[in-house]
Amino acid sequence: MNPGQQDRLADLRLQIARYEGGSQKTKPLPFGLRALDDHLPGGGLARGALHEMIEAGLASEFAGSTTLFTAGIAARLKGPVLWCLTRRDLFAPGLLRAGLHPDRVIYAEANREREILPLIEEGLREKGLAAVVGEVTRMSLIASRRLQLAAEATGVTALVIRRWWTLAEKDLVHLPTAAVTRWRIAPTPSELMPAPGLGRERWHVELLRCRGAEPRTWILEACDAKGCLALPADLADRSDQAADRRAAAS
Amino acid sequence: MTVHTVGSRRVIRAACAAAQEAGLHVGMALAQAQALVPNLHVAEAAADEDEASLRELARWAIGYSPVVALDPPDGLWIDIAGVAHLFGSEEELLSDLTSRLTRQGLAAKAAVADAPGAAWAVARYGAGGVVPTGRMVDAVATLSIRALRIAPDKLNALHRLGIERIGQLAAMPRAPLVRRFGCDVALRLDQALGHAFEPIMPLIPKEAPVASRAFAEPVARLEDLKGVLLRLAKDLCRQLDRRGEGVRRLDLIFQRVDQKSACLRVGTARANRDAAHLARLFDERLQTIDPGFGIEEMVLVASKVEPLSETQIHARSLGEEDIGEADMGPLVDRLGARIGMRRVYRLAPVQSLVPERMARRIPALAPPTGSVWPENLPRPTRLLDPPEPVVATALLPDHPPAFFVWRKVRHKVAKADGPERITPEWWNGDKSSFARDYYRVETEQGGRFWIFRDAPTAEGGRWWMHGFFS
Repeated sequence: MNPGQQDRLADLRLQIARYEGGSQKTKPLPFGLRALDDHLPGGGLARGALHEMIEAGLASEFAGSTTLFTAGIAARLKGPVLWCLTRRDLFAPGLLRAGLHPDRVIYAEANREREILPLIEEGLREKGLAAVVGEVTRMSLIASRRLQLAAEATGVTALVIRRWWTLAEKDLVHLPTAAVTRWRIAPTPSELMPAPGLGRERWHVELLRCRGAEPRTWILEACDAKGCLALPADLADRSDQAADRRAAAS
Repeated sequence: MTVHTVGSRRVIRAACAAAQEAGLHVGMALAQAQALVPNLHVAEAAADEDEASLRELARWAIGYSPVVALDPPDGLWIDIAGVAHLFGSEEELLSDLTSRLTRQGLAAKAAVADAPGAAWAVARYGAGGVVPTGRMVDAVATLSIRALRIAPDKLNALHRLGIERIGQLAAMPRAPLVRRFGCDVALRLDQALGHAFEPIMPLIPKEAPVASRAFAEPVARLEDLKGVLLRLAKDLCRQLDRRGEGVRRLDLIFQRVDQKSACLRVGTARANRDAAHLARLFDERLQTIDPGFGIEEMVLVASKVEPLSETQIHARSLGEEDIGEADMGPLVDRLGARIGMRRVYRLAPVQSLVPERMARRIPALAPPTGSVWPENLPRPTRLLDPPEPVVATALLPDHPPAFFVWRKVRHKVAKADGPERITPEWWNGDKSSFARDYYRVETEQGGRFWIFRDAPTAEGGRWWMHGFFS
């Protein structure tokens, strides 16, 4: 490749970056885990973008793990957080476990499901927020694209937790959206303790979809009091062939 | 009981509930009343004072809706179209209103209906409450014709004809009715049934800053309304600037060509006089206004203001550089305009260990409390409220369950932690004492639940599912 071609290639890359807009401007939020950060484009979760979280496993309609996972991300961002919800099952003391201080969270409680997406968008248009968390059942491709554009414009991160009550609603989460990443969190058995008791929760974290990266699966330990995930100690030294196999099989 | 003079007679003007119980009623002669109840407490009626206090009450009622009008001697009209959703529903608004009046020591009866006349009739002569849309005729038909607000002589004449109920009057042929009793009886009947429109002249507090614009030609396009709104907001903000005040509540009243009026109300979480921001708060709901044949006049009233000095505005715009201190006021206002200010809140810790009572709502812009819940307590992220019964089996009494059945699914417990005993706060003198033993359990698949037993096994404790960790 001669120098002229290289210049043209660099120029093209610059142009593409310009078209992609605001999402590239800010540095992504690292998870602080090499396994995740090396895999994600830019070395972390893109700020000013729409991310979708789905719960799997038992009692998945309550989204217990996903809530903690999302709260952990929001806790590590700096600034106030808007939490849009329709149901009153959120237990605020539980969010503190991921390091999300109650003074930082403003709740907006919608009466109906269809009010929630406009609330999220309203939050995304506010520059001062760190993140907007929304508990959503239905999110169409167009609606999600709108949220993504709003997030890009202001740099506020949108974290959408998919909720459902019925099986029909659960199937809706498989429909495509314009989210930059889509995560699926399922609880897995935690490490066996030498004495009776419970260790740190362990999750099966799947990156189902990500712009600019392959789908991938990890087994991780749940958020600590600072919102940081961790690699399980007994799995940390093992090569991640198992994860690769699982990803290939799914 | 108060008395006033009609001609040469002294007549009862108002009587309290106890007096009415004793058989006294408004319009009875004082001499007759004193004969009925010997040691009667009588006060001279002061019409001016009554009206002044009614006006005071009306000003208080502006907290519910911008369009409040007096209905002397003892009534108020409140037009709640377009504001009921801020309280949840019409029923909630009504119960809030009456309970607050009762707490102030006022006996009040209230009704909501599609037409002012029907609401008047149901509030005074009916059961009160909310008359569902379209059921107005049924609600009014069984009421006495006194609920029609017609002159006493015509009332007597109708009584002589044996007409006691509104339904009977409505069934009569219209032409003879008008010929015999005049137009006003027919008009009152139509107003009560919602066939005729009745204007409510809103009471605008004298000291409130107002910006209004009357149009030479009626206006109906949404874009035009938005443009006018912005100009009104700028007008209003200029006035507020001079007075050193900011808006806390803003009412927008539309006068339509056909004399109907519509109104919108928004609140702000903090005093504000940024015209563009205030105009934007109406954006979403402006399209719900039905312009009919056109709008003649728009009035923007700052019905609640608070002092706001120049320095405060500057201090806040500086804050924007620091993300942690960003001003959330405009965002909270916009969210509040969409779903009602009460639904935008923060949660503050409460000194309690009972899960249901651990948080209380505080206004979204309240100063940071700085307090947190005890950090070392493992708490779930989702709470099931109310708890659901679980069939669980423990191997030994007061041990965590070995397996449990919840929502018809059997879960085998692999690991567990507990018990953590939670009792009500003894320092509150709470009589309802209970003791819950909470266990965190992990099933074989890894799902973690928070379940409790409401009494020790020996006392026949049952198991409940209360929360979800994952």
